Amino acid sequence: MAKVTTPKPAELAEALEYTTPKTEWMDTPTVIKPGTFCWGAKGKNLGIVEFPNARDWTPTEEDWKLPENWQEIFFKGMKDLLGKYRSFKVFMDICVRCGACADKCHFFIGSGDPKNMPVLRAELLRSVYRNDFTMAGKILGKIAGARPLTIDVLKELWYYFYQCTECRRCSLFCPYGIDTAEITMMGRELLNLFGLNTDWISGPVANCYMKGNHLGLEPHAIMNSIEGMVDDIETITGLRISPSFNRKGAEILFVTPSGDLFADPGTYTCMGYMMLFHELGLDYTWSTYASEGGNFGFFTSNEMAKRLNSKIYAEAKRLGVKYIIGGECGHMWRVITQYMDTWNGPADFLEVPVSPITGTRFENSKSTKMIHVAEFTADLIKNNKLKLDPSRNDNLILTYHDSCNTARGMGLMDEPRYIINNVCNNFHEMPENTIREQTFCCGSGTGLNASENMELRMRGGLPRANAVKFVREKHGVNMLANICAIDRATLSASMDYWVPGVGVTGVHELVANALIMKGEKERETNMRGDPLPGKEGN
Amino acid sequence: MSLARLLSDKRAMILSNWCDAMLDSYPQDTSNFLRKNDNRFANPVGHTIRDSFEHIVDSLLQGSGPEASRVFLDNIIRVRAVQDFSPSQAVSFIFVLKKVIRDVVLQDKTAAVPPEELVSLDESIDALALLSFEIYMQCREKLYDIKANEVKNMTFRLLQKAQKMGIDSSEDVCPSEDVVNIKQEEVTK
Repeated sequence: MAKVTTPKPAELAEALEYTTPKTEWMDTPTVIKPGTFCWGAKGKNLGIVEFPNARDWTPTEEDWKLPENWQEIFFKGMKDLLGKYRSFKVFMDICVRCGACADKCHFFIGSGDPKNMPVLRAELLRSVYRNDFTMAGKILGKIAGARPLTIDVLKELWYYFYQCTECRRCSLFCPYGIDTAEITMMGRELLNLFGLNTDWISGPVANCYMKGNHLGLEPHAIMNSIEGMVDDIETITGLRISPSFNRKGAEILFVTPSGDLFADPGTYTCMGYMMLFHELGLDYTWSTYASEGGNFGFFTSNEMAKRLNSKIYAEAKRLGVKYIIGGECGHMWRVITQYMDTWNGPADFLEVPVSPITGTRFENSKSTKMIHVAEFTADLIKNNKLKLDPSRNDNLILTYHDSCNTARGMGLMDEPRYIINNVCNNFHEMPENTIREQTFCCGSGTGLNASENMELRMRGGLPRANAVKFVREKHGVNMLANICAIDRATLSASMDYWVPGVGVTGVHELVANALIMKGEKERETNMRGDPLPGKEGN
Repeated sequence: MSLARLLSDKRAMILSNWCDAMLDSYPQDTSNFLRKNDNRFANPVGHTIRDSFEHIVDSLLQGSGPEASRVFLDNIIRVRAVQDFSPSQAVSFIFVLKKVIRDVVLQDKTAAVPPEELVSLDESIDALALLSFEIYMQCREKLYDIKANEVKNMTFRLLQKAQKMGIDSSEDVCPSEDVVNIKQEEVTK
């Protein structure tokens, strides 16, 4: 009988190979793994907005059902974009690969995948650009960092351009000012030329185009939802408020992300807007047609984003309002601040926003005619126009997450903090290199907030959660405030995984708790129905 | 020389070698970053590995039992459970500690470590490995819980509204776990 020798533990350990192959990035094949990507777009949704190559497709299948001449379409599209946007041409040419951006991306920090380094993610596209648009690349090929556009390269582009949230943290550190987010935008625009979109983005785009909001809510559903909130507000405050819908001649049109209408904790923030406006006696109206502040078209193509943005202004014109107030949202404000004016602006038919309560003229919005509700509320508090009882929020120990879009995209950093410090007594900042301009993304922006890519979202959310964990351990923080609907939805999941015990709130939910309204009954609970501090025994 | 004494003397080397082996499980560009940047907010993964390894090794040297290492194992495994690792790769680092310690022991020719002490150490590391499996599973189950909760959150208000309108007032406003799971399966098909 043969003698069986049992290997020693050390021998077993030696036989294990856990290291990854040390190949150059171009020679390391990309494997599309479950948990890191969103389902492919459905043909019917692409068809609704006349996107090309509308068909159902699945990223894990070999055949992506592309048109035969997809390479020709790609190169023609790239040539068009290079001609149209000088910035794109510059960004393709000037990167010296210094690596300053490399370790600044939340996806790289959380995943450890080098192709998530902003420099390398951009290089995925630059290599194709060099191969077909530069003399050096055409002659020297791989030596000059060029590679031909094969189907595997195309799939790699799709995989990694949908692993970037366009948060622009990397661009903050680039000595040349290269905006990697715009490279991702260009990449996604090219992919959309043959229908390589995701279901999570194309569905909301189609809904918004047809019905005015991402969720596809029809007018009666929107009114029904808001009326439900009116009931809840009455239960909490004893006051019955009467919002108006599609009212011509109102002074202000109010637009917020549709997520605020249905998904907790956004609904509490939405009730906060309504209570504040009621208390002020503001002459405002909701629109059931321009019923979406967000713009998922922004995650597909410039033209689509422009089309979806235009409906807000068309509705403002139809209703004859003077100006627009927008709710707590992230990318909505990047669109308004950085792009709207050259798409659909200047909105000359509207007036420069002037607060009817304080008389403050918002010169920063003199072209877009749209102000953020946080600017509006901060101005009210600054002018002592609100009666507030911050002790109603004493059960909360807060920190504040800057949304990438409102912080880096529009510079709105002090107003939310000013409000929080006036409506709450316990506020602690996260470390300096994780807030304000250097804020870490929630990890789920730009239409990556689906469920099927949860591992990716958790990777991207790690750096932000890590900073929250620090203030939780140091100060006992139990609530993370923000002014973005996607943050409110996705940070809840991120906290649940990384920092259990920390909730997520919009800033106007905190305002609603603290706001002392004329004629209100003695409040027993906060907006969530939990007992106010000191009323636990009632 | 006793094993405890030897390991205590060689603590720095053990930690360094163990960290190196762990960081080598990442692509080279990544492991360079994880090694070099010691800011805990700019490099949370590298910091977590270093900090948690120190605590785990110290607990092992003090014979504190596996539970004393739970939170530190959790810190590491929570990260690796969502990264590009298979389950065995995600928790393999704990087995590597055996090899790291043996290499250090064998290097020191003068130290005559009693074999039963090595066996005892192996048993302690095995206990950590078993705990690691548990933590890994908890992390993965949490991910599925979060997915299910997101579906619940998206539909909760609608169901609440439906109940108020008397569409199906006999049902609880919150969908049962089974319903959510079935929905989730349909979605993922």
